[in-house]
Amino acid sequence: MFNPIDLAFQKAKKENRPALLTYTVAGDSSKNQSLIILNAISKYADILELGVPHNTPVADGSQIQTSSYRAIKNGIKMEDIFWIVKKYKKNKNSKPIILMGYYNMIFQYGERKFLEKCKKVGVSGLIVVDLPWPENKSFTKKCKKKSIYLIQLLSPTTSKERLNKIIKDSHAMNYFISMLSTTGGKLKVSPRKIMSNYLKIKKINPKKNVVIGFGITEKSIKSLKKADGLVVGSAICKEISVSIQKSQNPVTNVANLVKKLKNKIL
Amino acid sequence: MKLKKKIPLIDQGNRFGFWGGKFGGNFVPETLKKPIEDLEILFNKLKRDKKFIAERDRYFKNWIGAPTRFIKLENLTQHIGGAQIWSKVVSDANGGAHKIYNATVHCLLAKRSGKKIICGDTGAGYAGKMLSMAAKKFGLKCKIFMGAKDIERQQPNVKAIKKNDAEVIPVYSGSQTLVDAVSECMRFWVANCDTTAMCVGSTVGPAIFVRICGWSTSQISRELKVQLIEEFGSIPKKLKLYNCVGGGSSSFGFWNEFMDYDKKQCEFIGVEAGGPAKSKKHAAPLTYGSKIGILHGAAQYVNQNLEGQIEETESISAGLDYPGISPLHCFLKDTKRARYTAASDEEALNAYKLVTKYEKLRPSLEPSHAFSVAIKESKKMSKNTIVVVNSCGDAYKDKKILMKRLGKKYV
Repeated sequence: MFNPIDLAFQKAKKENRPALLTYTVAGDSSKNQSLIILNAISKYADILELGVPHNTPVADGSQIQTSSYRAIKNGIKMEDIFWIVKKYKKNKNSKPIILMGYYNMIFQYGERKFLEKCKKVGVSGLIVVDLPWPENKSFTKKCKKKSIYLIQLLSPTTSKERLNKIIKDSHAMNYFISMLSTTGGKLKVSPRKIMSNYLKIKKINPKKNVVIGFGITEKSIKSLKKADGLVVGSAICKEISVSIQKSQNPVTNVANLVKKLKNKIL
Repeated sequence: MKLKKKIPLIDQGNRFGFWGGKFGGNFVPETLKKPIEDLEILFNKLKRDKKFIAERDRYFKNWIGAPTRFIKLENLTQHIGGAQIWSKVVSDANGGAHKIYNATVHCLLAKRSGKKIICGDTGAGYAGKMLSMAAKKFGLKCKIFMGAKDIERQQPNVKAIKKNDAEVIPVYSGSQTLVDAVSECMRFWVANCDTTAMCVGSTVGPAIFVRICGWSTSQISRELKVQLIEEFGSIPKKLKLYNCVGGGSSSFGFWNEFMDYDKKQCEFIGVEAGGPAKSKKHAAPLTYGSKIGILHGAAQYVNQNLEGQIEETESISAGLDYPGISPLHCFLKDTKRARYTAASDEEALNAYKLVTKYEKLRPSLEPSHAFSVAIKESKKMSKNTIVVVNSCGDAYKDKKILMKRLGKKYV
């Protein structure tokens, strides 16, 4: 299946650097502003993850929780999120979009209807935090039919045997969680250790792209640049929160941060 | 969807942990897959291990104080003038509530797995208090996650937790009640599952936690079965078991041994928290027909909006103040084995007044919900009907609320 996510990785590889993936919450701090932020960071990021906010997020740390609660409080709905993606994809410099969230939101919308809508507005991939393998097998197939990648999460606790099976069933992109942590935790494992775990995963199927996420900031990003891709989420959400607190413009601040992140991995 | 006979309900889930093919499961982040699998292997092995069962029973008897009393509420029965009203006084258990069974078993499991720390959630504070007691008993470090609103309204239990050297971690997110405490506890476990065991305080969460908790609280019905036979010579022809339902741990434990009886002989009535009479908010997903959704790793009936955001609940009873409900109870509802209804805050308070007026029993606000419905329905029943209410908690923890709502006389 063809997916623009593959092109994004190819481009980064050509430039001899990892792909930069950002994560922002849809509707943070408002529907329009989150769209403007996506447009502003497109210049620097290769793939944009857009969080579907949920109010009982069991894997998210305080930064993403704050962003999510803010978006929900400001009234963001599923239809608004699709609207944001649709509008964003009209931008001629748009990058592939991955929606990331919790299964109940998809379950309530209806799997089939959700995927149709994703396809229609131009979503390229999905990360469903609480729908692990093998429970996600049937959903993975449904995604494939729509040429949407279901990105499998892999963790330091995932056994070798399980890694093999998950990667076998996976689409062309997987996500390695750097350490035992919720999102935005302090990096408590050495980058060397993370890279050695990453390489073990990479070895199972070198053709499939693996990105690393959780705990990556301006400080640590450089040390992981050998990976296919790196995800920064909480640091960006924090930037939005801080900007609001200081009555500064979140759009410029976030764009500057993403630009800096990009420069670190060039 | 059908219940199977002669197989414990906790073991009737399919290989993915779904009861009736759709309730329960393991909707968890990848990081938790391994620790959950480890716990499953350990529990499945130990629950068949006679030595482990003997160890559990020894602690249940000598430390928790099994069996708890089964008493007739003579005065209340006379006052109501219908069915015979009895109570299983589970609040006799060490610590004052049924939560001690699950806490003890989780600590025993944690010891076996070599974990040094145990974390748990709490609403009314009982699950936290009991976990802190058990952790101290078994030499484990203990962390309790509790909503800031619950910390405020259940101070006696908070003090007890701290006295047991456990750390109380206030949770300020969302509604600052049990639902947020469970989320935060799960997050802590995600980040620390290599060193820490988790105890989910009720028959909720990923399937293994539902099973362990149900297995533990079933002690209540094991005792009751013996006590009924001692008292009546056999299981009464008309037996009605009333229990409050929040997450559903005490009710499941109160009913489990009677599962295979015909419901005409042995009826289960679950009473959810209807919230304030004037409020639209409630904690009664079964009674008010909430839709199926995913909360804390399990598919269940849950209060949520059309989008799938979990809705805030409201109840005078912190222990019942939870938007979801155990997958076991969803299964019991859909198979029609149990009947579910709700009592409002006011009805629970009135029941508390009535019970304490006639009996030397002080049910906490949670079982007061069950008493409310039991009293109402007993009036219309024959004298040979045996109504048993599980008084699963003591009102000491509620003194602040009772003082405010009913005045000094009732504290």
